[in-house]
Amino acid sequence: MFDQLSDRLQSTLSDVRSRGKLSESDVDAAMREIRLALLEADVNFKVVKTFTKTLKERCLGSEVLNSLDPGQQVVKIVNEELASLMGGTGSELAMASSGPTVILMAGLQGSGKTTACAKLAQHFAKEGKDVALAACDVYRPAAVDQLVTVGERAGAHVYQQGTEADPVEIASWALDQARAERRDVLIVDTAGRLHIDQDLMSELTKVRKTTKPHDVLLVVDAMTGQDAVAVAESFAEAAEFDGVVMTKLDGDARGGAALSVKAVTGKPIMFASTGEKLEDFDKFHPDRMASRILGMGDVLSLIEKAEQQVDEKQAEELQEKMRKDQFTLEDFLTQMRQVRKMGPLSGIIGMLPGMGAMKQLKNADVDEGQLDRVEAIILSMTPSERASPGQINGSRRKRIANGSGTKVQQVKQLLKQFDQMRVMMRSMANGKMPNQQQLAQMSGTAPRPKVRRR
Amino acid sequence: MIDLGSRETANGSPTAEAEPEARRGVFRRLRESLSKSRQALTEEISASLFDRIDDETWERLEEALILADAGAPTTAAVVERLEHEVDSGAVPADGVAVRDRLIEILAEVASTGRAPIDLSGEPAVLMMVGVNGTGKTTTIGKVAWHLSKEMGLSVVLAAGDTYRAAAAEQLAEWADRAGAELIRGESGADPGAVAYDAISAARARGADVVIVDTAGRLHTQSNLMEELAKVRRVIAKQIPEAPHETLISIDATTGQNGLRQAKVFSESVEIDGVVLTKLDGTAKGGIALAIASDLGIPVKLIGVGETLEDLRPFDPSEYAQALLAE
Repeated sequence: MFDQLSDRLQSTLSDVRSRGKLSESDVDAAMREIRLALLEADVNFKVVKTFTKTLKERCLGSEVLNSLDPGQQVVKIVNEELASLMGGTGSELAMASSGPTVILMAGLQGSGKTTACAKLAQHFAKEGKDVALAACDVYRPAAVDQLVTVGERAGAHVYQQGTEADPVEIASWALDQARAERRDVLIVDTAGRLHIDQDLMSELTKVRKTTKPHDVLLVVDAMTGQDAVAVAESFAEAAEFDGVVMTKLDGDARGGAALSVKAVTGKPIMFASTGEKLEDFDKFHPDRMASRILGMGDVLSLIEKAEQQVDEKQAEELQEKMRKDQFTLEDFLTQMRQVRKMGPLSGIIGMLPGMGAMKQLKNADVDEGQLDRVEAIILSMTPSERASPGQINGSRRKRIANGSGTKVQQVKQLLKQFDQMRVMMRSMANGKMPNQQQLAQMSGTAPRPKVRRR
Repeated sequence: MIDLGSRETANGSPTAEAEPEARRGVFRRLRESLSKSRQALTEEISASLFDRIDDETWERLEEALILADAGAPTTAAVVERLEHEVDSGAVPADGVAVRDRLIEILAEVASTGRAPIDLSGEPAVLMMVGVNGTGKTTTIGKVAWHLSKEMGLSVVLAAGDTYRAAAAEQLAEWADRAGAELIRGESGADPGAVAYDAISAARARGADVVIVDTAGRLHTQSNLMEELAKVRRVIAKQIPEAPHETLISIDATTGQNGLRQAKVFSESVEIDGVVLTKLDGTAKGGIALAIASDLGIPVKLIGVGETLEDLRPFDPSEYAQALLAE
């Protein structure tokens, strides 16, 4: 997600890192690179200016120049400054002590408000809360229908009065309903509006004053350019927002908007929306994200993701099977599906320390389609074939290829790789780490470069 | 009347030329919308250019272009060129002359063989693609309205966004306003099949234009990009040279990622032009400059507001002027 920025910073910093002593001109050169990298990442021009100035002062301070390892110190400082630029450690939503917690969502057209509403609703519903949504976007054609559909999918009740009523009245009525029906959370969806549209901005202020929300969230598209700051400033005035939901972070946007909004408004990014599915919605952790930008990995997030998705008992069973060399294609399928539940593989790889720097891995662009094919091939096998693939002969291979819409060659390849995997598992179960050669054979790629030690 | 494309209307009268009166209105509106909330930018530019020409001038100009989202490479190229021309004496070191030359250069960057939208097919097939939330469906609604109400063409809309909840309903409303026919499938239906049906229907009825909506998708989702390529292939099976025009909608607030969007989309469906939407905000849409200069894809239409009339043909020189207008 922050790939490009991450690339730039990493190459700049690895240059700095490799030096024993830093001169002022070394630091200047690094700052120029960082400045350009941030600008290309859409970080606001003024934010960049301030950021590089602070950074330079710290880098030229005695803590760096006198240290034994100045390069490493610079990396540490950049990391700290990036994290604090994005809002330090994470921030939490304010919740009502009694009655429904009211959350007002606002933003430009097309920033992803309606989807974010549903995702937030599901986030609360998962915590066992009774969530309702108020459909106050009466302007965009079919916006109400959309909220009703995605809201119900998220397990929330949707209060709507069609498109004839006034948004302020709908909001106020929905709040009454939410109180009467003792809902825990009411999320108010509003129409997308331009921050310079006086009428609509004052309508937003009215909705806010009427519903007295505990939290106002501004929805910002991660792909926004320099204008993010102007938008955030206007919404800060009209909506007095408390935090930001950053959407479309699953693209390859460099995320500069994320860096800028906090810097300019002082309001933290609270949530990140990272995909099409309702589950693709996470709390935003600025400190972890900063590490990720620098390629230091985000192991914490990865572990949390794994904990959410992986059934521990199942995992233990699998491990047992591996040890006893009873791992079948059926197990392989289960395991693959579990890993895929964690999100696109390319995203997971980005969370691993050092992986961001491994060009080869990244350019290989984990092909989700290939995984689909593997699934299809296994699904086209009979249970007995999955349990003991040794019996799969030529005619069976042909049948499986036909059934899965693949080529015999691909079926063959899968079986071969599975075989190699089992060999490797056996040796791992016996306490031996697989060597590079084995790993390469298994993944069907040439030997990879070693991860650089830091 | 609007120059959306070149085609004889149903009653045979040419529509390509817009009246001067209307044009002035259009550009005033564009200039207003572009300059209204960006006084800071324009003040900076005019002040620096009318003062003296020195290093600081170029720095400020760089700043202004970066803030307009033109991107570092395009900014550097434009400023370098202007600076060189001034240094070599090709352009007099005079505030007004430099400013005019800047506008010329910007317009030159923006105009890469601008052609009107091709409506010559029978029926002409337009396909609209882009990232989520950039304004595809709204743009289609506006285009359909212009083609149908102002040019007297019969229009069929294909609700190819079968993914987003209520996307077809949204398009249905627009079809209703424009007096166009809507062909839709079940939610989750194959978008290619919807496009196929729409073209068949248009051929059967002798309709003039088919506009195919597609679901918004991030260009990084390779499976969805492949799906888009497939929709295109399905369309081409019906009419070999179709879609005659594939447009990508780019939100003017988009930053440098817009370049990636245009690049990756054009790799999977061959983009003919950009629709730069939401120019009525404070965003300057400078990414259009980067797209034109890097990829040679011209902007064909701009969206400057919510009403039906707010969809406009793109004029590079007017755009450049509006970008830097006082």
